[in-house]
Amino acid sequence: MIIFYVFAAVAVGASLLVIAQRNPIYSVLLLIASFGALSGLYVMLDAPFVAVIQIVVYAGAIMVLFLFVVMLLNAPQEETEADTRRHLLLRSGPLRFGAFLALVLASELVWALMGGRESGAFAGGSTTSVAAIGRSLFTDYAFAFEVTSVLILVALVGAVVLAHREKA
Amino acid sequence: MSPLFIAQIVLTLFVFVMLLNSAAVMVYVERKVAARLQQRLGPYLVGYRGALQPLADIVKLMFKEELRPKAADAFLFALAPIISATCAFAAFAVVPFGADTTLFGLLDTPLRLQVADVNVAVLVIFAIASMSVYGIVLAGWSSNSKYSLLGGLRSSAQMISYELSYGLALASVLLIGNSLSLSDIVNRQAGTWLSLLPRWFIFVQPLGFVIYMLAGIAETNRAPFDFPEAEQELVAGYHTEYSSMSFAMFFLAEYINMVTVSAVATDLFLGGWHGPFLPESLGWIWFLVKVAAILFFYIWMRWTLPRYRYDQLMTFGWKILLPLSVVNLLATAAAVVYWR
Repeated sequence: MIIFYVFAAVAVGASLLVIAQRNPIYSVLLLIASFGALSGLYVMLDAPFVAVIQIVVYAGAIMVLFLFVVMLLNAPQEETEADTRRHLLLRSGPLRFGAFLALVLASELVWALMGGRESGAFAGGSTTSVAAIGRSLFTDYAFAFEVTSVLILVALVGAVVLAHREKA
Repeated sequence: MSPLFIAQIVLTLFVFVMLLNSAAVMVYVERKVAARLQQRLGPYLVGYRGALQPLADIVKLMFKEELRPKAADAFLFALAPIISATCAFAAFAVVPFGADTTLFGLLDTPLRLQVADVNVAVLVIFAIASMSVYGIVLAGWSSNSKYSLLGGLRSSAQMISYELSYGLALASVLLIGNSLSLSDIVNRQAGTWLSLLPRWFIFVQPLGFVIYMLAGIAETNRAPFDFPEAEQELVAGYHTEYSSMSFAMFFLAEYINMVTVSAVATDLFLGGWHGPFLPESLGWIWFLVKVAAILFFYIWMRWTLPRYRYDQLMTFGWKILLPLSVVNLLATAAAVVYWR
């Protein structure tokens, strides 16, 4: 139980620090630390496969690209807001919208915790078995799986289209 | 505390110390073999035929001054070599190197010669390999020097590119082995075909082995793929600004990574600790022999082939190695489904 609190504290603390950093490189690193702590929580839930995939996909692949981009752009440290104008995100419109999103998230969390039932597919510690995960991914959740991949493809094509410059 | 628990702690420490030693031995062997290939003598003054040279090198490194560029990011500059070394050691934790043993009847329950028996061992190795990129990238960035930054960027691009082929080569072995656990995969390779050819996966997956080794050499940044530290263009690449023990940590990580890649190759393709003539309990001797053979191959490659150009490396990785490994994976999957 102590280990759980350590991991949980690291995950929450690192995530909070991500947005408190001035240097984007540190933000990226703290996000990786947060993913690492999440992966530790998965191990404690007896789901080593999910834990390792968390590291491979998020900490290993996606965050390397983040770091790569930040380094290539060599993003300057955010200048301190010396002038009296309020930061764009602190104006009342965005603030209300952010509060609304946070409220939605919190209520969803409460709803999920209240109706806390184990989904039947992974009852009895079958998350340890890679075969069980693969089977349910390609049978019960095949539609969601395929839709997700199409979604990623759309995002990919979208990024290419947005970044493409018309030749004059 | 049960004897098995104590044995496990001793085993962990043993593996740690042996990895440190293997790096020292590798430094010596590398210099000697390189000298042989270039018709020189190599180190011969310290100890018998220079055998204590690594020790002298370590003492020298320890007494050197630890320098840091003024404009460097102090925290990340110190963190980067630690990440590199930690990842190198951590990856070996899931590598099995011998059959279960009772240590000559000392233990009641047999001890598995593997620090952590994880049932997703292959993925763990892959995950740690992907994390070790950070050590190099951060070293390059935090030094705040042109050469370091370029070296770091190059190596991250290189490692990301070759990680794909590396992963796909692993996946095709997993399909045949039908497991993600390294000890299961090794045990599937016991015995022989027609009592002649050992059942090693290299004979089923020759292409997979070649892809794995090429990608492994690129992953460990060794010649002919040692672009991150191409001397003529980048001085010493990402570790240009490092000195003393923090440099030694990068050096250590490089050699331990080589040992790990060779050990995984032995487990996946060369039958691990299985081999003729020796009983199962002495299988670790076979394991050592195979790992040593692959490591020798590594050194041999380095001192024989010149470095490629960077664009050649990228073209090779994306246009030749990746399609080949995809085809290999698909063919393997089809064969596995057909013969099941």
